[in-house]
Amino acid sequence: MPIRRPRAPFSFSTWLRRPAVTPRTDLVRLTERGLYCEAADSYIDPWRPVDRAIITHAHADHARRGHAHYLATRDAEQVLRIRLGDVSLQCLAYGESVTVGSVRLSFHPAGHVLGSAQVRLEHAGEVWVLSGDYKVAPDATCAPFEPVAAHTFVTESTFGLPIYRWRPPGDIFAQVNEWWAANAAAGRASVLYAYSFGKAQRILAGVEASIGPIVCHGAVEALNDAYRGSGVTLPPTLRVSDRPGSEDLRRALVLAPPSAQGTPWLRRFGEFSDAFASGWMQLRGARRRRSVDRGFVLSDHADWPGLQSAIAASGASRVFVTHGQVPVMVRWLTEQGLEARAFETEFGGGDDGAEVP
Amino acid sequence: MRRFASLYRELDATTSTLRKLAALREYFSAASDADCAWAVFFLGGEKPRQVIPTRVLRTLAVRTADIPEWLFEECYQAVGDLAETIAHLLPDPGSGSDASLADWVEHRLLPLRSLRDSALDDAVIAAWRELDASGRLVWNKLITGGFRVGVSRLLVTRAVAEVAGVEPTLVAERLLGDWQPTAQAYRALFAAERGDERAGRPYPFFLAHPIDRPVEELGPCEQWQAEWKWDGIRAQLIVRGGRPYVWSRGDEPMTERFPELGALAARLPDGVVLDGELLAWRDGAAAPFALLQQRIGRKKLTPRVLREAPVAFVAYDLLEIEGRDCRADPLHRRRAALEELVERVADPALHVSPVVVATDWNSLAAQRAQARDRGVEGLMLKHQDSAYGAGRVKLEGGGWWKWKIDPYSVDAVLVYAQRGHGRRASLYTDYTFAVWRGEELVPFAKAYSGLTDAEIREVDNFIRAHTREKFGPVRSVTPELVMEIGFEGIARSPRHKSGVAVRFPRILRLRSDKKPRDADTLDTLLRLIGPALPAPFIPERGEPRE
Repeated sequence: MPIRRPRAPFSFSTWLRRPAVTPRTDLVRLTERGLYCEAADSYIDPWRPVDRAIITHAHADHARRGHAHYLATRDAEQVLRIRLGDVSLQCLAYGESVTVGSVRLSFHPAGHVLGSAQVRLEHAGEVWVLSGDYKVAPDATCAPFEPVAAHTFVTESTFGLPIYRWRPPGDIFAQVNEWWAANAAAGRASVLYAYSFGKAQRILAGVEASIGPIVCHGAVEALNDAYRGSGVTLPPTLRVSDRPGSEDLRRALVLAPPSAQGTPWLRRFGEFSDAFASGWMQLRGARRRRSVDRGFVLSDHADWPGLQSAIAASGASRVFVTHGQVPVMVRWLTEQGLEARAFETEFGGGDDGAEVP
Repeated sequence: MRRFASLYRELDATTSTLRKLAALREYFSAASDADCAWAVFFLGGEKPRQVIPTRVLRTLAVRTADIPEWLFEECYQAVGDLAETIAHLLPDPGSGSDASLADWVEHRLLPLRSLRDSALDDAVIAAWRELDASGRLVWNKLITGGFRVGVSRLLVTRAVAEVAGVEPTLVAERLLGDWQPTAQAYRALFAAERGDERAGRPYPFFLAHPIDRPVEELGPCEQWQAEWKWDGIRAQLIVRGGRPYVWSRGDEPMTERFPELGALAARLPDGVVLDGELLAWRDGAAAPFALLQQRIGRKKLTPRVLREAPVAFVAYDLLEIEGRDCRADPLHRRRAALEELVERVADPALHVSPVVVATDWNSLAAQRAQARDRGVEGLMLKHQDSAYGAGRVKLEGGGWWKWKIDPYSVDAVLVYAQRGHGRRASLYTDYTFAVWRGEELVPFAKAYSGLTDAEIREVDNFIRAHTREKFGPVRSVTPELVMEIGFEGIARSPRHKSGVAVRFPRILRLRSDKKPRDADTLDTLLRLIGPALPAPFIPERGEPRE
């Protein structure tokens, strides 16, 4: 768990002064602006500008610009500030609960990235949990996924097919170490493309930093600073502007966002081997389309068994499925005897979607 | 099995021959002899028979994964490959099986052939439960007869040879025929050359350099022997110990692919090695390379193939006679002995590459200009006193030069671009070019080389600024940039969208002065193909036509 810095007190006034409303329909429903909780008069990860946005995590497709007020976890604050700047943002600790309108709201770790949360909404004895993006596999850079009991569970489904089964992350880091060490011994840089927020830091915390220097692209380094500022321990990293010597560059692990592939930025590294870290790398076709030397199957989303175990652990009898393999999951869960439905959200494809600006 | 599965993954993941070679070398250095034997066998292209029908495999997978059939179908749609779908559907068994490749093949794979029904099902399912995902993929590929990975037999041979520290040709020859994948047979590949093995081995080929100066600077024309540069397969024809051997320049044994040459060799005296060109030969003349290519592509040589694409050997050098290595003799002496030998044998499938006679360089240049009409690539210039060297050695004043004709060229429009590899990985260096068919641009050639580094950067900038769509690593670009594309040959090809295939396409220059509308048309390309075969050319034995 990250250690928190002392912070200035703040008020919940924006969130607390909502009048109590009894919802006519479901506690959360899909609107043009996003998932809306009428009883709290708030949206969860809305995709059009709204007055109050409850943010599950700071990835670009969930934490969009343009809302009047934001509510997120404390762990997410620094990263959100990088993305959103000086907005009206209030934060809660995991497990801390507040009343918004007629709803009791709390955040619970989703294990996806630093500060990611499931949102628990309780109204008149009915509990909804919205997962945001989540994973159940261990991750040294964020709080581990915590099952929360719910009547209705809203789950993502990015990797909702049984072909997606992740190996323990330790195995993947061992593969990365081996690849990096072999490249370093051969005198060529190891360029690893990874989503700059979350995946990159998870890799940093997971690799054997003694193999060689680690150079990060500016987009990654900005997030590294926020992670370190939030109390997450990462190994020392260099920027290109630190002018590492060519001897260092040839032994370096270079972390860059996927958008850096094929750009002139890479020319400085001379000959290099490249790799991509993503759950999509599970399939040979996807690896080939990426045209990199190696694909490391490392995802910040739950795999098929992870999705099933999280849904089961919630104890929910009703499940709404969002972004990913929606029809497949709905059909599967229905066949398992649950009441399953789809929410057609506008969240991204996950894992290697649009890059954080 | 784990090591072999990881080798499979590496070979599958890269398009670089060097990386593949390195992965193979690493495997052959680390694995046991028995494993290496099977690896050589499978990677060299030997496929085990399909032991289980795909339909049955599907049913088993659905049952084992304990999922409904519709969900299996969804997975298959996402993956696009049955063996891979099944590999991913089952949970990994912790550490996975430690058994070796040889164990898996000999004790698990081969016995499947004698199993039926539920015993077969159980054996397959048991294997799935023991292997991890990458092992299951290889296993599934093996039992469905679909084992294929992008390496040539030649590359496997080369890797073994490098690890064994013996000549690649020796390994290639030892792998010929009914080679059985046992540890003993693999170890035998490493042995020093035995006396009786020397018989089948070729000499290193002497390679020519493209001429890098005006021909006049080579000295008097009469000191040089000029021959046509044939467009076929460079090969050595060897007769030793009463047996024929044919080797391509790529160190590939080709004796079995060209039975005609076996018959021809039977008429040659023992202890002879000829260097020359394998050519498709029809109606007493050399036929275009495309005809030979049809034949190379065939796995089985049917009588029909032999009839439609017969071959002949056009000899241009004599490397051994009466068992004596004569490579150090001057060319004029080797040539005289060669002509004498070929005349004596008088076989319709054996010719001497004719000398192109010229009194001076101008006359030779004039004859070179007709090369294309003859279906040849230009001229070879060999010094009369030169020895037969080894490899691509540059002998000042006395080597072999190739004096090729200028390539065909057309102006074409850049339509797709892809990033390069290695040093060029951050640049768009692999281009696809199109010509006009009516109002439509039809892609007809890919070209990688020919621009300077500065030009590559310029084109790279253009591509980034003019990208229309991205398909994985490929970008389509606004058709604006015209380049002159050169190529060596052109033939009709039903497999290409344009209906033509060009050989060795490359960029000759940027044509910034031209607009896309000025680019050539498909009709222009089709006219270059001309009639089905070029004008017949019958070399008189030992005597040039001119």
